[in-house]
Amino acid sequence: MTHAYTPGLRIAEKTTVTSHRALPLLGDVVVKKGDLLKAEDIVAKTYLPGKVHAINAVNRLGIQPKDLREYMLKKEGDSVQKDEPIAETKPWVKMLKSVLHSPIAGTIETISTVTGQILLREPPKPIQVYAHIDGMVIEVIEKEGVVMETIATFIQGIFGVGGETVGELAIAVDRPGDILTAEHIQSGHKGKIIVGGSFIQHDTIDKAKKVGVKGIIVGGFNDEDLRKLLGYDLGVAITGSEDIGITLIITEGFGKIQMAQRTFELLKSRSGAKTSINGATQIRAGVVRPEVIVPYEKRDKTVNEGTDKPIDRGMEIGDPVRIIRVPYFGKISKIKALPFSPQKIETEATVRILEVEFPDGTTAIVPRTNVEMIER
Amino acid sequence: MNVIIATDCGSTTTKAILIEKKDGVYRQTFRGESPTTVEAPFEDVTRGVLNAFAELEELSGRKILDGEKIITPAQGNVGVDIYVSTSSAGGGLQMMVAGAVKTMTAQSAQRAALGAGAIVMDVIASNDQRLPHEKIDRIRHLRPDMILLSGGTDGGTVTHVVELAEYISAANPKPRLGMAFQLPVIYAGNKDAREKIKEILDKKTSLHITENIRPTLERENLFPARQEIQNLFLEHVMAQAPGYKKLISWTGAPIMPTPGAVGLIMQTIARKNNINVIGVDIGGATTDVFSVYGEIFNRTVSANLGMSYSISNVLAETGLENILRWVPFDMEESDLRNRIKNKMIRPTTIPQTLEELKIEQAIAREALRVSFEQHKSLAVGLKGVQKERDISEAFKQEATGETIIDMLKLDLLVGSGGVLSHAPRRSQAMLMMIDAFQPEGITRIAVDSIFMMPHLGVLSTVNEQAATEVFEKDCLIHLGTCISLVKGSIGKHGEKCISYTIIMSDGKRIEESLPYGELRVIPLGIDETAEIEILSGKNFDIGAGKGKPITKKIFGGVVGIVIDTRGKPITLAKDKASRVKQLQQWTKAIDAYPE
Repeated sequence: MTHAYTPGLRIAEKTTVTSHRALPLLGDVVVKKGDLLKAEDIVAKTYLPGKVHAINAVNRLGIQPKDLREYMLKKEGDSVQKDEPIAETKPWVKMLKSVLHSPIAGTIETISTVTGQILLREPPKPIQVYAHIDGMVIEVIEKEGVVMETIATFIQGIFGVGGETVGELAIAVDRPGDILTAEHIQSGHKGKIIVGGSFIQHDTIDKAKKVGVKGIIVGGFNDEDLRKLLGYDLGVAITGSEDIGITLIITEGFGKIQMAQRTFELLKSRSGAKTSINGATQIRAGVVRPEVIVPYEKRDKTVNEGTDKPIDRGMEIGDPVRIIRVPYFGKISKIKALPFSPQKIETEATVRILEVEFPDGTTAIVPRTNVEMIER
Repeated sequence: MNVIIATDCGSTTTKAILIEKKDGVYRQTFRGESPTTVEAPFEDVTRGVLNAFAELEELSGRKILDGEKIITPAQGNVGVDIYVSTSSAGGGLQMMVAGAVKTMTAQSAQRAALGAGAIVMDVIASNDQRLPHEKIDRIRHLRPDMILLSGGTDGGTVTHVVELAEYISAANPKPRLGMAFQLPVIYAGNKDAREKIKEILDKKTSLHITENIRPTLERENLFPARQEIQNLFLEHVMAQAPGYKKLISWTGAPIMPTPGAVGLIMQTIARKNNINVIGVDIGGATTDVFSVYGEIFNRTVSANLGMSYSISNVLAETGLENILRWVPFDMEESDLRNRIKNKMIRPTTIPQTLEELKIEQAIAREALRVSFEQHKSLAVGLKGVQKERDISEAFKQEATGETIIDMLKLDLLVGSGGVLSHAPRRSQAMLMMIDAFQPEGITRIAVDSIFMMPHLGVLSTVNEQAATEVFEKDCLIHLGTCISLVKGSIGKHGEKCISYTIIMSDGKRIEESLPYGELRVIPLGIDETAEIEILSGKNFDIGAGKGKPITKKIFGGVVGIVIDTRGKPITLAKDKASRVKQLQQWTKAIDAYPE
């Protein structure tokens, strides 16, 4: 039987979560293996090379490129201050002297005797990487970063926007099918990550931003509202660096779709806990899905690894699945039959299918590729 | 070699085909597919390959795997003789190119990179109006897999190309995959600058020097740079992608980038039949367009125009209105938007309802149209070359650098990729291609039967006989011939437009006329030919000039002869109800969908 490598999302009540915290460039790791950290702690820091400025020195000085070094007052690697002379001509009449001043404070990167350019680099910009989750350092990768580990409730969303943030988890609606409206957003939600039900509109997000909500987790969202939120039509799903003042994670898809009951119940059970979320999504090679991590305070090792993730075995009759395409989009069902031969569907395409049974006992035929496996 | 297994690891799906030699002839026998698994949690392309093999085993009854090992050689119904593969998984090869002058060497460099199957992320040129720090920032932030640096004819400018090398050096770029590896940089510019380039880039990058892509103003020499790009892609980039080292060890021939393999097949079709060909491969992440006009081959990779990962970018590029104009029923804009986004976030799903299929085919028309526009703008003659002109050309103000794509001189249009190859009815594929490419005059149209051109492209490098036999017997499906008005032919709906006489091979004679704005299909079998004489109205041109008749031998196909008097460009009614009616009439005429 072929394996069911369905693009399922991972949802676990209590599991070991590891997180790679890496610098974009090599730098210094400031923690050690075994350290217990808070999400806000710095784990590594480095400096991003500064911006490069090019000066066409030969034009400015009226000299030949090959002679440039003779006129330089500084050499490669030297630091310079803004407006400090870096090169000058040496005419017989001093009044005719041309001086080249540095437009920035920084260092001399390159002096080119071919192009006659001087490249100057601004001072490096410090960058720091935070732990992002409460947990333990289990591995230090020298000069690059660390691997953090925690025992947590872990939920992968299907799509998100906005970067990493940390706050207390608050449930804002009663049921997973409820629509999160502006009335649900209270002043007490300031600094928190709130959980909605099936849908949220742009005006509600505006209200949440005004109140100071750090993040929202909800079942569905309209693409029209996403365009309003971002200010442009999102072409390719590579997100996470948008500066929108809030992180939004949707768990089911675009449109009004009830949040999966289990996801909602799990989040509800962790209400009040410190939660780390990240809206970053990359749906391409090396897929990245948005994440909700709610660490447990006590690091007990009785981990109950969730099985709501892609599993390395064939689909079997009785397995629960989520349908991920119209006309049954978002519905949870159970596999009733797995016919071997491809069958003709409404479009007249002949594809491999499965038969599903919904909780009300009705059944439907669905292409195998239009389902994802979920926990039993 | 009697049993061959080939895969194409696409960005969304890994497709496997089995080719078996039966009665002395190679035939494609079974096909399997599985989601590509370069992503977490698997992060190993071979998982998807094994899964596709397992499906082939199930369908064919042939035992291919012993655990996770390919059984080779074939004996009876067990094992295969060779395994070959192409790949565009991992987002393909993403490159930056740099050249001295934007419209000359930089464009040659761009053509070299595109020709090697790369996605060109940006073109840096000495005269591209950006400030030096902007160029350096761009290089640093894009994190390409490779940079192609060109510039200067041999004996020409050194300064400009050295300047570009200085920018690359200052950016100190890091590759996307593998933090410890140096970024491959290919230098294919003025040979007099090689030593200087070495001084600047040798320590900071993995520098490879090859022949100048523009040794003289009049000559382009793209092959050595293309070859080097493909070699480095395999050695440096693919080898860093998850699971590729293992996959490389399984294959009996080097893994080829998918567009490179499809390009090989397109060139073979054009060369063997001595015809001009345009081909398209519409994938999940990219749409690749190929053209062979005479000796000139061009390939463009429209990154981020595809039907799964990039489907939302088709909407962003073309706009909602352009997509909606092809939807043959009334639907809410917000509903269409959400459906497109849902496909983007769950790219492996397929349409289950007829309505969903029609929506996907509407989006495909726009992805194809925009990709073809991009191709036309890049498939141009050499720029910077002085060309002698006669007096009429001088008045026409034709400049070098104009597209070489002439739809009237096109003999064959070939479509490949999921949405075309797997369209439930072949007439859907034909209509999608006619609407998107808008052929002019008389053009044959064909489709890759089950999307296997990439497999056959790579197979042709190890067993040309097998590749050719399978291509001719199982891969290329002739849909028929399209007879269309030429660009600029615009009339009123219902206006007298053309009349024609078709003499079938059995002598049967069809005499008909077709007013402006309609489509008609006349059955003509796949191995049949006919003679057609067309008389066009005085305002309409079918290829010989306005009002002038044309007589030609035409070829049949699984759809037949499609006569298209919809005018060029195709103009749809402005009001929604009339537009929907128009579309329904056209789809009915070509029998695209069930009643």
